[in-house]
Amino acid sequence: MRKIKHGKLAAGCADACCLKLDGLSVNLEGDQILEDVSFHLHCGEIAALIGPNGAGKSTLFRSILGQTSYKGTITFSPAGGPAIRLADGAVVGGSRPLVGYVPQSPSFDRGDPVSVLDFFTAATAKWPVWLPVPQKYRERAAASLRRVHGEDLLDRAMGALSGGQLQRVLLALALEPVPHILILDEPLSGVDIEGEHQLLEMLDELRTQYDLSIFLSTHDFATLGSFADKVILLNRRVLKAGTPDEVLASPEFYETFHLRMGRGGER
Amino acid sequence: MELWYSLLSILPFDWAQPGQMYFMKHALLAVLVITPLFGILSTMVVHSRMSFFSDALGHSAFTGMAIGALCGFNQPTWAAVSFAIVFALLFNLVRRRTALASDTVIGVFSSTAVALGIFLSTLNGRSFTKFNSLLIGDVLSVDPAMIGVLALILLMVVILWAVSFNQLMLSAVHPALADSRGIKVFWQETIFSVAIAVVVTLSMTWVGLLVINSLLVLPAAAARNIARSMWQYHLISLVGAVAAGIAGLMTSYYMGPSAGASITLYLAVWFALTFLLRKK
Repeated sequence: MRKIKHGKLAAGCADACCLKLDGLSVNLEGDQILEDVSFHLHCGEIAALIGPNGAGKSTLFRSILGQTSYKGTITFSPAGGPAIRLADGAVVGGSRPLVGYVPQSPSFDRGDPVSVLDFFTAATAKWPVWLPVPQKYRERAAASLRRVHGEDLLDRAMGALSGGQLQRVLLALALEPVPHILILDEPLSGVDIEGEHQLLEMLDELRTQYDLSIFLSTHDFATLGSFADKVILLNRRVLKAGTPDEVLASPEFYETFHLRMGRGGER
Repeated sequence: MELWYSLLSILPFDWAQPGQMYFMKHALLAVLVITPLFGILSTMVVHSRMSFFSDALGHSAFTGMAIGALCGFNQPTWAAVSFAIVFALLFNLVRRRTALASDTVIGVFSSTAVALGIFLSTLNGRSFTKFNSLLIGDVLSVDPAMIGVLALILLMVVILWAVSFNQLMLSAVHPALADSRGIKVFWQETIFSVAIAVVVTLSMTWVGLLVINSLLVLPAAAARNIARSMWQYHLISLVGAVAAGIAGLMTSYYMGPSAGASITLYLAVWFALTFLLRKK
């Protein structure tokens, strides 16, 4: 499934398009959630974030999204452009890079009278969706959904979608407009094997097509090798980062997950 | 108003004839302004699970009336509106700062407001009975100036809906997703709750404190049974609210019961009907 490797850039960001976290720490009401987290993520690269529950995965995403305050810096260098530095809310050197976000589990009731078209239009256009949505916005939403092979979902109710279909709609939304960085929080949970395969194939298409950095969290270690260029093992700190093979074979990985299992804990 | 009177004279009802029964003509116009307000706001109250919150606001509005009356204002309504706005702002702030579930925070606020209202209105052994009219409400006592105020509020709510409904809806669906798309979730929620506070307080005198929350819940609850999109949801909620409003007022005129209670009962029947027709 994987096609490109940005091996030549592995040494550092240099002039390349890259997201760089440096010494990121998050402290929420006295709890140290993240401590001195540093790593690089190149454009066109898919990185997987793994770690036990409560490791700070969602908080790390929230930092990149600018939804939580942190110490340290996050730098984004677009291809050929000057670096943009984000330090605790302030943006230096340009405008905040676009971050597409596919959240973990949006709450839709089965009975919610929100069609996919309503949802899409509400998020991407000014047209108030309590009025009938004009053809122009309908076509626009259909075009976005086509990217994720979901144009047939347009008139379905959000609450009636399957896990995989909902993921695709949210992915299409995160790509509108096409972001610099795409973040997916646990995109593989609640999705069947077929849906998982489809999603990963789509992500692979997207990164080649738009050269964007894709950063996702997952508990599904078995498939890591098939799609991720880089795996980051997080438990408050970065315990190990490298290729899927390197991380999965490391003592840190073994310690984080297997020893817990030995004690009768999770996973 | 003259235009309204002459418009009505076309109708074949005895109260609609020119030169008489102005209270009924005013009441009908008031109902035609109040019910769309509730029909519209109802959609988001139900969608963002704020029905308990709007109920608490009704209680706080009563307390505001008591404070206004205690301070000797001629128009305790405006004291009540201010109090309800403070209540809504404070509630949003506390909800944001605490890990408690939102219904717990509402419970805290609601009970405090009710207790304060009863405490103030019965201070020095005063009788509570003068507030009884607030509990039931009387739409027949509405005057044209108040209808003007309510119409202005309706216009403002429609503008709010045109400008920020999309953001409000996304904030309710998924705050983090909304935030990632540049929506100021806290401000959306705050403005919406202030809008409910103003509408509930201003219409309480005419609809009645005991049934006002049903007007914020039933129209959208019924619409949810059968709507498949936001447009249908709004249309059904709005039509249901206005139809129940007119029917309720007529029942009140010809049979004598409180208009607020009659409207609510018609809405309950409407809910039952849509429930039977609900989408599978």
